[in-house]
Amino acid sequence: MAHVWRMIAQRLALGFLTLFVVSLLIFGATELLPGDFAEAILGQSATPETIAAIRRDLGLDQPFYTRYVSWLGGVLQGDFGNSLANQKPVIELISKRLGNTLFLALYAAAMAVPLSLTLGILAALFRNSIFDRMSNALALTSISFPEFFVAYILILWFAQTGYFPSIVRLSSGISFGETLYRCFLPALTLTLVVTAHMMRMTRAALINLLASPYIEMARLKGMSPMRVILRHALPNALAPIINVVALNLAYLITGVVVVEVVFVYPGLGQLMVDSVSRRDIPVVQAVALIFASAYVLLNLTADVLSTLSNPRLMHRR
Amino acid sequence: MSIITTLFWFAVAVIGAMALGWLFRAFVVAVSPQRHAQEMRKAPLTASFGLLVILIYVLVAALAPVIAPFGESEVVGGEFLPWDSTYLLGTDNLGRDMLTRMIYGARNTVGIAFIITALAFFGGTVLGLFAAVVGGWLDQGLSRFVDVLMAIPSLIFSLLLLTIFGTSVLSLVLVIATVDATRVFRLARSVAQGIVVMDYIEAARLRGEGKWWLITREILPNAMAPLVAEFGLRFCFVFLAISGLSFLGLGIQPPTADWGGMVRDNATLITFGDLTPFLPAGAIALLTVAVNFVVDWQLHRSSGLKE
Repeated sequence: MAHVWRMIAQRLALGFLTLFVVSLLIFGATELLPGDFAEAILGQSATPETIAAIRRDLGLDQPFYTRYVSWLGGVLQGDFGNSLANQKPVIELISKRLGNTLFLALYAAAMAVPLSLTLGILAALFRNSIFDRMSNALALTSISFPEFFVAYILILWFAQTGYFPSIVRLSSGISFGETLYRCFLPALTLTLVVTAHMMRMTRAALINLLASPYIEMARLKGMSPMRVILRHALPNALAPIINVVALNLAYLITGVVVVEVVFVYPGLGQLMVDSVSRRDIPVVQAVALIFASAYVLLNLTADVLSTLSNPRLMHRR
Repeated sequence: MSIITTLFWFAVAVIGAMALGWLFRAFVVAVSPQRHAQEMRKAPLTASFGLLVILIYVLVAALAPVIAPFGESEVVGGEFLPWDSTYLLGTDNLGRDMLTRMIYGARNTVGIAFIITALAFFGGTVLGLFAAVVGGWLDQGLSRFVDVLMAIPSLIFSLLLLTIFGTSVLSLVLVIATVDATRVFRLARSVAQGIVVMDYIEAARLRGEGKWWLITREILPNAMAPLVAEFGLRFCFVFLAISGLSFLGLGIQPPTADWGGMVRDNATLITFGDLTPFLPAGAIALLTVAVNFVVDWQLHRSSGLKE
């Protein structure tokens, strides 16, 4: 088992290195500001004295690396600085919304992953049938649709008729079942957006394997097609499937931004969009850092899992 | 509208689209010279439908001022007027003619998406091919830099950059082009790396050809097929990205007509069961589907697969 742990440790180290560089990039991006941070805060009311005062307050007169280290130190302790718009600590704005966004993403993932894997396996099993062609065409179409289009179609079908609410209001007193019900439409939108891709890739990964000799052997033994796929093809297709699942879960992170705006969902994406139009840089930095870390961590997990699923990679000489 | 009727109309639309595709293919086969007619006759219906749609969009975009009944941001009547004979598609939230905005939207949204794709493509391809040809530290440096940029989801990264540079069309173009150029770079580099090791490149190097010659005369022609397909797909992504940003209110700014923004401005109508806001969203979806169909066909053709 030792080499497995070493592999995981290596990947983790690499992941943290990536995160470090990403944080450097997110922080360093403010250096590109025309003018600087202090002028951005003051806007029209900037005078040389006030700018100098703010620069001193925020430590902008320090060199870049000092500011970066103190920013990173703050971030690691959960201190993202204060919002420019209302002077509240960023962490206060983020903490509750982060939970909401994670909930929505997990909800969507819990629907999308089983659905797309089942559909993908069925499409591989009945390849070139009507079912396969229909699901393929639908997948291609739904990839081409903007998220907000899907969202509004669902609103038209389900919210117009009164089955589900089109605006998500979350309050602390409601039960879990009620939360699930209220978040159903945004979660369904995200599910539809990512299912197509996952399904197509699952089908492709399985079909790739179906031409190999050991599958032919299994068939000649007289196994049922279902068993051939589930017992013989699926384990070997796991690595690409895990990768595509992770890729799509990562895609959920960005999909969430648009969907939250459509359904007025109180999550991080909505906060980010509002902050971008207000040019509230500390908030945008914090949210971008959270999204980027989630993305990096998901890719890292996928990497580790797909290595673990492949004995040839595990026991590489 | 219930789901069943929607599905019925969807089926009607698909059948109609295929019929249009068939007619268009027959038309092109009849008017084009022998060699092209051969190719076109073998095109699947989806591809010829895609071509027809793209052609229509290009025509509408080019002729926008001629066909549009009103001015781009001219207020012509009351807010949210229903469809009638003067305002064929009604008016929007500020009383501007919906049809006119749709037509100008074709010009703005598609035009800007095309400019961005072209920029991203030019930058990404040139750098990618250079990295592959020169190799060594230039390749390493550029590749690692691109890796880092790609470690941040593209929408999040664009939002971060838009916060810093502000939301104007120029910064939109530059930001999205930069973000997408990283993806093009990856592809161009990996394609070119397969070509750089070929004997004819070695021969060209021994002849003493310069790097620019190697890239433009030896590598580019051989890397064209995957790059062209990538151009189509990239265009779709860029197009969806800028309509998404405009929908969020961070892309193309009013009063310029733009499909993503139009959906947002008129979204309230949906809660009243009015379908007008679906038109710009549908226009976005239709173009992406059409481009995807054509790319699929081209990929199939260049891969040399037989049915």
